[in-house]
Amino acid sequence: MGGAMSTRVPRFKPGDRVHVRFAEPPGHIRTPHYIRGKTGTVERYYGDFPNPEELAYGKDGLPPRPLYLVGFSQRDVWQEYPVAGDKVYVDIYEHWLEPA
Amino acid sequence: MGPIDRTPHDLSDWEILTDAISTAIGRKGIRTTDEHRRAREDMDPALYPALGYYERWVVGNEAILCEKGYLTREEIDRKMAELEERWGEP
Repeated sequence: MGGAMSTRVPRFKPGDRVHVRFAEPPGHIRTPHYIRGKTGTVERYYGDFPNPEELAYGKDGLPPRPLYLVGFSQRDVWQEYPVAGDKVYVDIYEHWLEPA
Repeated sequence: MGPIDRTPHDLSDWEILTDAISTAIGRKGIRTTDEHRRAREDMDPALYPALGYYERWVVGNEAILCEKGYLTREEIDRKMAELEERWGEP
Protein backbone atom coordinates (compact mmCIF):
# COMPACT_ATOMS: atom_id res chain seq x y z
CA MET A 1 0.00 0.00 0.00
CA GLY A 2 3.00 2.29 0.50
CA GLY A 3 3.99 4.52 -2.38
CA ALA A 4 7.04 3.97 -4.50
CA MET A 5 10.26 5.04 -2.86
CA SER A 6 13.51 5.36 -4.76
CA THR A 7 16.55 4.60 -2.66
CA ARG A 8 18.93 2.82 -4.98
CA VAL A 9 19.68 1.89 -8.57
CA PRO A 10 17.59 -1.11 -9.66
CA ARG A 11 19.62 -4.17 -10.62
CA PHE A 12 17.56 -4.94 -13.73
CA LYS A 13 16.17 -2.90 -16.62
CA PRO A 14 13.45 -3.59 -19.21
CA GLY A 15 14.62 -6.22 -21.71
CA ASP A 16 16.86 -8.07 -19.22
CA ARG A 17 16.38 -11.83 -19.07
CA VAL A 18 15.83 -12.95 -15.49
CA HIS A 19 15.50 -16.26 -13.70
CA VAL A 20 13.09 -16.58 -10.79
CA ARG A 21 14.68 -18.32 -7.81
CA PHE A 22 13.06 -21.61 -6.89
CA ALA A 23 12.56 -21.54 -3.16
CA GLU A 24 9.81 -22.57 -0.76
CA PRO A 25 10.40 -20.52 2.37
CA PRO A 26 7.64 -20.51 4.99
CA GLY A 27 5.51 -17.40 5.29
CA HIS A 28 3.65 -14.98 3.04
CA ILE A 29 5.27 -14.98 -0.43
CA ARG A 30 3.97 -12.86 -3.31
CA THR A 31 5.98 -14.77 -5.94
CA PRO A 32 3.49 -17.34 -7.26
CA HIS A 33 4.66 -20.94 -6.89
CA TYR A 34 4.03 -21.68 -10.59
CA ILE A 35 6.52 -19.03 -11.69
CA ARG A 36 9.39 -20.04 -9.38
CA GLY A 37 12.29 -21.55 -11.32
CA LYS A 38 11.10 -20.03 -14.63
CA THR A 39 12.93 -17.57 -16.92
CA GLY A 40 11.37 -14.41 -18.35
CA THR A 41 12.03 -10.85 -19.46
CA VAL A 42 11.79 -7.66 -17.40
CA GLU A 43 9.06 -5.47 -18.90
CA ARG A 44 9.01 -2.61 -16.41
CA TYR A 45 10.56 -1.36 -13.16
CA TYR A 46 7.78 -0.01 -10.93
CA GLY A 47 9.82 1.53 -8.12
CA ASP A 48 10.79 0.37 -4.65
CA PHE A 49 8.17 -0.85 -2.16
CA PRO A 50 8.19 -2.16 1.42
CA ASN A 51 8.73 -5.92 1.44
CA PRO A 52 5.32 -7.67 1.72
CA GLU A 53 6.99 -10.77 3.16
CA GLU A 54 7.72 -8.67 6.27
CA LEU A 55 4.63 -6.42 6.18
CA ALA A 56 2.62 -9.65 6.44
CA TYR A 57 3.92 -10.10 10.01
CA GLY A 58 3.51 -6.52 11.20
CA LYS A 59 7.09 -5.41 10.45
CA ASP A 60 7.94 -2.22 8.52
CA GLY A 61 9.24 -4.02 5.40
CA LEU A 62 12.23 -1.69 5.14
CA PRO A 63 14.42 -1.18 3.23
CA PRO A 64 12.03 -1.06 0.28
CA ARG A 65 12.60 -3.62 -2.46
CA PRO A 66 12.65 -2.94 -6.23
CA LEU A 67 9.55 -4.36 -7.91
CA TYR A 68 9.39 -5.43 -11.56
CA LEU A 69 6.82 -6.54 -14.09
CA VAL A 70 8.23 -9.70 -15.66
CA GLY A 71 6.81 -11.37 -18.78
CA PHE A 72 7.03 -15.11 -19.41
CA SER A 73 6.08 -17.21 -22.44
CA GLN A 74 3.12 -19.33 -21.38
CA ARG A 75 4.81 -22.29 -23.06
CA ASP A 76 7.81 -21.82 -20.77
CA VAL A 77 5.51 -21.91 -17.75
CA TRP A 78 2.90 -24.57 -18.54
CA GLN A 79 3.66 -27.87 -20.25
CA GLU A 80 1.53 -28.45 -23.35
CA TYR A 81 0.16 -24.87 -23.33
CA PRO A 82 -1.93 -24.78 -26.54
CA VAL A 83 -1.32 -21.28 -27.95
CA ALA A 84 2.05 -20.02 -29.16
CA GLY A 85 2.91 -16.40 -28.40
CA ASP A 86 0.75 -16.03 -25.27
CA LYS A 87 2.48 -14.49 -22.27
CA VAL A 88 1.87 -14.31 -18.54
CA TYR A 89 2.95 -11.19 -16.63
CA VAL A 90 3.88 -11.32 -12.96
CA ASP A 91 4.95 -8.64 -10.46
CA ILE A 92 8.15 -9.89 -8.82
CA TYR A 93 10.42 -8.35 -6.18
CA GLU A 94 14.13 -8.09 -6.95
CA HIS A 95 15.26 -10.51 -4.25
CA TRP A 96 13.44 -13.29 -6.13
CA LEU A 97 15.31 -12.58 -9.39
CA GLU A 98 18.77 -13.39 -10.69
CA PRO A 99 20.34 -12.72 -14.12
CA ALA A 100 19.46 -15.42 -16.65
CA MET B 1 -12.75 -28.82 -10.38
CA GLY B 2 -15.19 -28.58 -13.32
CA PRO B 3 -16.30 -25.61 -15.43
CA ILE B 4 -16.37 -22.11 -13.95
CA ASP B 5 -19.80 -20.55 -13.44
CA ARG B 6 -19.40 -17.08 -14.99
CA THR B 7 -22.94 -15.93 -14.23
CA PRO B 8 -22.87 -12.56 -12.40
CA HIS B 9 -24.51 -12.63 -9.00
CA ASP B 10 -25.41 -10.04 -6.38
CA LEU B 11 -23.41 -9.90 -3.18
CA SER B 12 -25.21 -10.84 0.01
CA ASP B 13 -25.51 -8.26 2.79
CA TRP B 14 -23.00 -10.18 4.93
CA GLU B 15 -20.48 -10.11 2.09
CA ILE B 16 -20.80 -6.33 1.71
CA LEU B 17 -20.50 -5.98 5.49
CA THR B 18 -17.40 -8.18 5.49
CA ASP B 19 -15.79 -5.97 2.85
CA ALA B 20 -16.70 -2.85 4.85
CA ILE B 21 -15.26 -4.24 8.10
CA SER B 22 -12.09 -5.32 6.30
CA THR B 23 -11.64 -1.86 4.79
CA ALA B 24 -12.30 -0.22 8.16
CA ILE B 25 -9.71 -2.24 10.06
CA GLY B 26 -7.23 -1.50 7.28
CA ARG B 27 -7.92 2.25 7.33
CA LYS B 28 -7.64 2.33 11.12
CA GLY B 29 -4.16 0.88 10.79
CA ILE B 30 -5.05 -2.32 12.63
CA ARG B 31 -3.49 -4.43 9.92
CA THR B 32 -1.92 -4.13 6.45
CA THR B 33 -3.24 -5.77 3.29
CA ASP B 34 -0.28 -8.16 3.49
CA GLU B 35 -1.25 -9.21 7.01
CA HIS B 36 -4.82 -9.77 5.78
CA ARG B 37 -3.52 -12.06 3.00
CA ARG B 38 -1.16 -13.86 5.36
CA ALA B 39 -3.97 -14.53 7.85
CA ARG B 40 -6.04 -16.19 5.11
CA GLU B 41 -3.04 -18.25 3.95
CA ASP B 42 -2.47 -19.44 7.53
CA MET B 43 -5.89 -21.07 7.55
CA ASP B 44 -6.25 -24.84 8.04
CA PRO B 45 -5.63 -26.23 4.51
CA ALA B 46 -8.66 -28.50 4.90
CA LEU B 47 -10.87 -25.50 5.67
CA TYR B 48 -9.63 -23.21 2.88
CA PRO B 49 -11.20 -25.00 -0.14
CA ALA B 50 -14.47 -25.50 1.77
CA LEU B 51 -15.04 -21.74 2.15
CA GLY B 52 -16.18 -19.07 -0.29
CA TYR B 53 -14.24 -15.87 -0.99
CA TYR B 54 -15.72 -13.65 1.73
CA GLU B 55 -15.99 -16.53 4.18
CA ARG B 56 -12.19 -16.67 3.98
CA TRP B 57 -12.08 -12.93 4.67
CA VAL B 58 -14.19 -13.46 7.80
CA VAL B 59 -11.84 -16.19 9.05
CA GLY B 60 -8.81 -13.98 8.29
CA ASN B 61 -10.33 -10.96 10.06
CA GLU B 62 -11.16 -13.06 13.12
CA ALA B 63 -7.60 -14.39 13.24
CA ILE B 64 -6.06 -10.89 12.96
CA LEU B 65 -8.41 -9.32 15.53
CA CYS B 66 -7.66 -12.13 18.01
CA GLU B 67 -3.92 -12.06 17.26
CA LYS B 68 -3.76 -8.33 17.98
CA GLY B 69 -5.90 -8.51 21.10
CA TYR B 70 -8.98 -6.62 19.83
CA LEU B 71 -11.24 -9.67 20.34
CA THR B 72 -10.95 -13.08 21.93
CA ARG B 73 -12.15 -16.35 20.47
CA GLU B 74 -14.47 -16.67 23.46
CA GLU B 75 -16.09 -13.29 22.73
CA ILE B 76 -16.68 -14.28 19.09
CA ASP B 77 -18.12 -17.68 20.05
CA ARG B 78 -20.37 -16.11 22.71
CA LYS B 79 -21.74 -13.57 20.19
CA MET B 80 -22.27 -16.30 17.59
CA ALA B 81 -24.26 -18.39 20.09
CA GLU B 82 -26.35 -15.34 20.98
CA LEU B 83 -27.09 -14.59 17.32
CA GLU B 84 -27.93 -18.21 16.55
CA GLU B 85 -30.44 -18.20 19.38
CA ARG B 86 -32.03 -14.96 18.17
CA TRP B 87 -32.02 -15.78 14.44
CA GLY B 88 -32.44 -19.54 14.66
CA GLU B 89 -29.68 -20.48 12.25
CA PRO B 90 -25.90 -20.84 12.31
